[in-house]
Amino acid sequence: MEIEIAVGQLKPRKADYDANLEAVGEIFAVLETEAKPVDLLVLPETALSGYFLEGGVRDVARSAASLHSDLLATFRSRVCRPDAVLDIAVGFYEIADSQYYNSGLYATLTASDDAVARPGIAHVHRKFFLPTYGVFDEKRFVSRGRRIEAFDTRLGRTAVLICEDAWHSVSGTLAALQGAQLLVVLSASPGREFGGKAIGNLERWDVLLRGMAEEHGVFVVYAGLVGFEGGKGFTGSSRVVDPWGRTLIRGPVSQECLVRARLDLDDVAVARGATPLLSDLESAVGDIAAHFHRAASVPSGPGWEPRL
Amino acid sequence: MNERWRIVRAPAFDPRSDDDLQVNGPILAEWLVDFLTDEITRRRGFDRAIVGISGGVDSSVTAFLCARALGPRNVIGVRMPYRSSSPESLEHARMVVDALGIGCETVDISDAVDGYLAAQPDADGRRRGNVMARVRMVVLFDLSAKMGALPVGTGNKTERLFGYFTWHADDSPPVNPLGDLFKTQVWALARHLGVPEVIVNKPASADLIVGQTDEDDFGISYARADRILFYLLRGYRAERLVAMGFPAADVALVKARLDSTHWKRHMPTTAMLSTTSINDYYLRPVDY
Repeated sequence: MEIEIAVGQLKPRKADYDANLEAVGEIFAVLETEAKPVDLLVLPETALSGYFLEGGVRDVARSAASLHSDLLATFRSRVCRPDAVLDIAVGFYEIADSQYYNSGLYATLTASDDAVARPGIAHVHRKFFLPTYGVFDEKRFVSRGRRIEAFDTRLGRTAVLICEDAWHSVSGTLAALQGAQLLVVLSASPGREFGGKAIGNLERWDVLLRGMAEEHGVFVVYAGLVGFEGGKGFTGSSRVVDPWGRTLIRGPVSQECLVRARLDLDDVAVARGATPLLSDLESAVGDIAAHFHRAASVPSGPGWEPRL
Repeated sequence: MNERWRIVRAPAFDPRSDDDLQVNGPILAEWLVDFLTDEITRRRGFDRAIVGISGGVDSSVTAFLCARALGPRNVIGVRMPYRSSSPESLEHARMVVDALGIGCETVDISDAVDGYLAAQPDADGRRRGNVMARVRMVVLFDLSAKMGALPVGTGNKTERLFGYFTWHADDSPPVNPLGDLFKTQVWALARHLGVPEVIVNKPASADLIVGQTDEDDFGISYARADRILFYLLRGYRAERLVAMGFPAADVALVKARLDSTHWKRHMPTTAMLSTTSINDYYLRPVDY
């Protein structure tokens, strides 16, 4: 199955939800000018507000339902083809059950009720690993998500990860074990370390995203925020990686842009057929689970008993 | 020697190596230009910048970056000599202005400084230097208001970590591209940007006292200090640095300067009295 992908690499206006929604509307309009209709638009972590908000999270957080409603209204105001359908994955600060999260919405938008698909929310991923070190302070302002889940979409089985989620190899593993063929990674990654051939965090992302794709035989779509917030600049470099770990396209470091690629999900089976690492993993998952269970339950290990 | 088991050995740590302080000049310069463009223009709505240019390498690099970010016609370099300032500093500042084609203002601060100090005959060199630095900030911010140009700071990471600046003077401009670069990294960036060699190669000096150099004031060279600071900031303990081969006296000197100046890198201490105390409980980022 072929999928037309677009990644919107944008600089949000700080804490200005309406202006950022308007920018998403502009992207909808630009995508309509593409020769082939885009199936999935991916936008970065916190695309509707900017990332470093501290207590301002409480000012800008939205429910997933209200965000979907706003995106749907924006899509319908910008897109004229009555049969237009677009899936969207977008990062936002969420309020749900009186708690705040750093979340990713995956939803379907339709230009009218005559479209072949129905509009609706397929999934909300709440960031599982909240960075709270150095420049990051997420645990102070948002709660941690409790699940990493693959889910079915009209385009294939998908999972959403947010930034540090993808720095833990176990996240991609959990998604792949649940059948994900497409991993969508939403990110706001501040640039740091300028001594190497590339900016330090980008060198890390290269290894992580290619490794994740190649290990599990999945497509990885990475959306990176751009722009500076209080001296911290985000490194963009949105990209699409195929199941062999090859980067098909990669956006610039600093500029806003739309990154486009066409995927064929049949490549997932081809890659896994040649290198069946996921199958090997599935056959060993019971033993691995036993290790995890022991690690989580046995009262031992560093820090458990003070060594004097 | 065993023919079969040839030993392939990782190189030993070399405390004189600059490897950890290397910067990728082209990538770094582009990043800082983007930083200045975004923070000055997009976030704060200014299209002009004003930089106090001393003729030293930090302000020269800052002017070069601002000229790239905003265009030379949107950058004003301000020379602010005191009567005892080195004529060479003024000349080097002029070289930067001419090399870039930026605007230039020259404001002699002697009368303002001496007007105040006339009533303070016992002021020593340190106090006099602080008065000069603070008068320069008065000038810079006043010209900022006059010209609608945002002041851009020039302080580097080494002097910030050593507390080698006048509090709420040199450190007061709202945007600073160099504050996370050690001095040796600023020199490397300066060479990449094409700052005149005579400026890059001369000994760094605050030029507040005739003949003064930074390294004489510190008692250690920037090259040696930066390597030690690099590891201290990473979390290495002083005793480990000594074990790694850094001279114990150097480590002690650098650590003492670092540990005694944390206050200079913070806003004033406010008595916290409520659960809405600003920057303790009420938290909003600078660009919110």
